[in-house]
Amino acid sequence: MRIALFATCIVDAMYPEVAKATVSILERLGHTVTFPERQACCGQMHINSGKFAQAYPVVKNHVEAFEDADFDYAVAPSGSCVASLGHQHPMIAEYMGDEDLASRATQVAGRTYELSQLLTDVLGVTDAAAQLGSYFPHTIAYHPSCHGMRLLRLGDRQSDLLQTVEGAVVVSPENWDACCGFGGTFSVKNPQVSTAMLTDKVEALINTGASVCSGGDASCLMHIGGGLQRRHELLPAQATPPATVHFARVLAATREHPLILNEELVSGGALR
Amino acid sequence: MSTTFIGMPTVPGTGNLFERAPFPQVAQHELGNVQLRTNLTKATTAIRTKRAARVAELGDWEDLRDSGAAAKDVVLARLPELLTQFEAAFTAAGGTVHWARDAQEANAIVRGLVEDSAPLNEDGRREVIKVKSMATQEIGLNEYLEDHDIDAYETDLAELIVQLGHDKPSHILVPAIHRNRHEIRQIFLRGMEDADPNLGTEPRELAEASRKHLRKKFLTTKVAISGANFGIAETGTLSVVESEGNGRMCVTLPETLITVMGIEKLLPTIDDLGVFMQLLPRSSTGERMNPYSSFWTGVTPGDGPRNVHVVLLDNGRTRALADQHGRQALRCIRCSACMNVCPVYERTGGHAYGSVYPGPIGAILTPLLTGTDAEENSTLPYASSLCGACFDACPVKIDIPQMLVRLRNEGNVVKESEHGRLPKTQLDVALTGASWLMSDGRRMALMEKGLPLAKLLSPKAGIRSLPGIAGAWTSSRTIPRPPRQSFRSWWSAEHREEAREERREARDRAQFRRFEARSGAEPAPEAGPAPRSENQHETKES
Ligand code: SF4
Repeated sequence: MRIALFATCIVDAMYPEVAKATVSILERLGHTVTFPERQACCGQMHINSGKFAQAYPVVKNHVEAFEDADFDYAVAPSGSCVASLGHQHPMIAEYMGDEDLASRATQVAGRTYELSQLLTDVLGVTDAAAQLGSYFPHTIAYHPSCHGMRLLRLGDRQSDLLQTVEGAVVVSPENWDACCGFGGTFSVKNPQVSTAMLTDKVEALINTGASVCSGGDASCLMHIGGGLQRRHELLPAQATPPATVHFARVLAATREHPLILNEELVSGGALR
Repeated sequence: MSTTFIGMPTVPGTGNLFERAPFPQVAQHELGNVQLRTNLTKATTAIRTKRAARVAELGDWEDLRDSGAAAKDVVLARLPELLTQFEAAFTAAGGTVHWARDAQEANAIVRGLVEDSAPLNEDGRREVIKVKSMATQEIGLNEYLEDHDIDAYETDLAELIVQLGHDKPSHILVPAIHRNRHEIRQIFLRGMEDADPNLGTEPRELAEASRKHLRKKFLTTKVAISGANFGIAETGTLSVVESEGNGRMCVTLPETLITVMGIEKLLPTIDDLGVFMQLLPRSSTGERMNPYSSFWTGVTPGDGPRNVHVVLLDNGRTRALADQHGRQALRCIRCSACMNVCPVYERTGGHAYGSVYPGPIGAILTPLLTGTDAEENSTLPYASSLCGACFDACPVKIDIPQMLVRLRNEGNVVKESEHGRLPKTQLDVALTGASWLMSDGRRMALMEKGLPLAKLLSPKAGIRSLPGIAGAWTSSRTIPRPPRQSFRSWWSAEHREEAREERREARDRAQFRRFEARSGAEPAPEAGPAPRSENQHETKES
C-alpha cells in the first residue's frame, strides 16, 4: 500500500525521530511511504487561538497538499492533529464561506488515520514484537492524550500495541485520563492553571517509577517532558524522572537497533 | 458574528453574569487557596466516580444522550410556539404567566408579587422561602429583594450554608462544594440563632441542625419562590427535581408560589421527561433516580398553593438562540457533569468564573447570554485546555470545546474591528507570522533550516527561560533544544529523486484535471485503476 505521511509541524521541526520511526514501522510491514512535500501544519494553533481567518490558508494548504498526493491512506503520529482534520477543518472552511474546501477537507480527513488506528484497524498489527520486531525492555507509563482519547476514540490501541513490545511493561499513572494542562494557547493564556495541572501529572508519572512516559502526541509529551525536567532541575537529589518518548519510537525499536535511554539524548525532558 | 434574526428582538443578559476580573487573575488567586483545592478535588473526584459508575450501567447511554440533545433542539426550533402553548395551558390551569426580558424586569415582577401576598412582620419586612434555583441567582433576586425589605431564606442545605456564610455559590448543584464540614459547622454556629453550641461535624448532625432551623420557616412563611427544571408546554406543568425534600415543602406548604424559569426549560409533552429523568440524576449526582421530583399544574383547590405564578425569563436567551452555533448551549439541563469532570474547574473552583454559571458550560453560556462583546467576559472562553472531558460527559451533547474556540474567534473579530489600529499582542504577532509560514511547505522548510542556529544558541539540556509571553511557559517547563535537522530536510536528502518524480506527476495530474474541466470532458477517475468487470479481468489473465 502507498501510505502518505503527515509528519505534523511539531514532529517535523522538533522531533524528526518520531517521523523516521513511523516510516520505519510502515516500511517494515512492506508498505511504501510517501511524504507530500507541500504539507506544513494542521492549523490547530490558529484555530484554538480563535484566529479562524489566519487558520484558513493553513487548512487550505493541508487539504491541497494531500488531495493531490497519490496514496491509499494518510497517517500522522498525532491524535490531536488527525482529530483537527475531521473536527475543525470543515468548520474553518465553512466559516470562511468556502463550502467546496469544506467537503474536500472532509474527504482528506476521512483518509487520514492516527498511527495506532492505521496499525490496528487497517494494517492488522496485533503483536508488535512478532510483526514489527519491537523490543524495549523498560517500564512505560502510558499517557493517553485528550484528543486521541476523546475525539478519535482511540481507546486502548496505543497501550495495547505497547503491551506487545518485547520486554515492555506498561503501567498507568494515577488519574491516567486527566489532561496534562498543555492545550496550546491555554498554557500561554492561563499559565498558572496549566502549571497546576502539569504538576499533578508529573507527580503521578514519577510515582509509577517507570523509566519512560509514552504517548501518541509529541506536543503533550513535550509539555510533560518539560515539567519532568524542570522538577529534576529543582530537585536534583531525587531519582531521575522518566523521559517522554513517542510510542512510534518504542514500536520502531528492535534488538538490532535498540532505543537507548541515554541522558545525553534527553532535551527538555523528552527523548530525542 | 454568526447570529441570525429569529423574528424576536434580542436583549443581552444582565444580573450575576459577569466576571469580576479576568479569569487568569482570579484563578491565580484561587489556586493559592490550599483548603479550597483539597475540598474541590475530594468532592469532584467523588461525584465523578459515582457518575461514571451509574452511566456505565446503561447500555443505551449514548442513545439517551442523542435523544436528549434532539429533544432540546426541537424545543429550541419551536420555542415561540411552545411558549405560547405553555402560557395558554398554565393560565387555563389557574396560574398567571409573567414575561421578563431581563434581570431587572424579572426582579421587579417578583417583588410586586411578594408585596401583594406576603404580610409585613414586626420589623416591617416581608419573608419568603426559596427552592434552590439557578435562574433566581442569575438575576440576583435575593440581593434585590433584600434591598426592598424582603428577606429570602434559602432552604436547600448547601444554599443555606452559602447564605449563612455570606458567601457566593461556586457550583451549580453543590453550591458549597468549596466548604468542608468543619467550615460548615462554624458557619452554622455563627449564622443560626437556634444552633446548638455542642454541634458536631458529622454530616447527619449538620443536616439535623438545618432541618430544625428550616422547619419553622416552612410552616409559617406564606410565599415561596422556586426555579424549574422543566416546564411542559402541552399541560402547563412545572417541575423541580431535588435531593432533600426541602423543595417539596416549599412548593406545597405556602399559599403563593412564584416560579422563575428560563424560557429554554420547556419540553413539548410529559412523555419527553422519560429521557431527561434518566439523564439528569445520573449526570448530576450519580444517582439512578432522583429522590424528590415535584410536578404541579396550576392551582388544585384544597391542595397546595392557591396563587401560582410563573415568570418566563429571557435575559439573553433569545440572544443565544439567534447564534446558530451557540444555541446548543441552551440545551443545558444544569446537571453540572461538565464542571465535575473539568480539570480547570477542579483547580480554580467556581468563583474564578465570576458568573453564576461556572465551569465549562459557564465559559460558553455566560458570553452567549451577555454578548461576546462584553469585555468582562472576554477571558472566559480561554479558561479551558480543550481536553474535551466536558463534551464527553454532557448528557445533551453540547460541543463545548468547539463552542469555546468559536467564541475565542468571535472575541478576536470584535476586538480587531474595535481596536483595529491598536498595537497587537506578542501572541497576535507570532500567530500572524506562523500563519504565513505554516500555509506553505517550502516556507516551513526554510524556517526549519534556521533551527540548527537556535540549537547553537540553546543549552544542551533545553531552554529554561525565554522573554515575553514564552516566559510564563518556561517558568515551569523546560523547552527542548531544536534538532540538528528537521524531518523534512532529512527526507528530501533521502528521497531527492523520488520527490522530483512525484512533484512532476502531481503537476501533470493537476494540469490534466484543469484541461478536462476547461474542455468540459467527463472527469477521469481520481486515483487508482478503474474497476474492471469480471470478464475483462478474465480476458487479461488468459
Ligand atoms: S452543559 Fe451539559 S454537562 Fe454541563 S451542566 Fe449543562 S447539561 Fe450538564
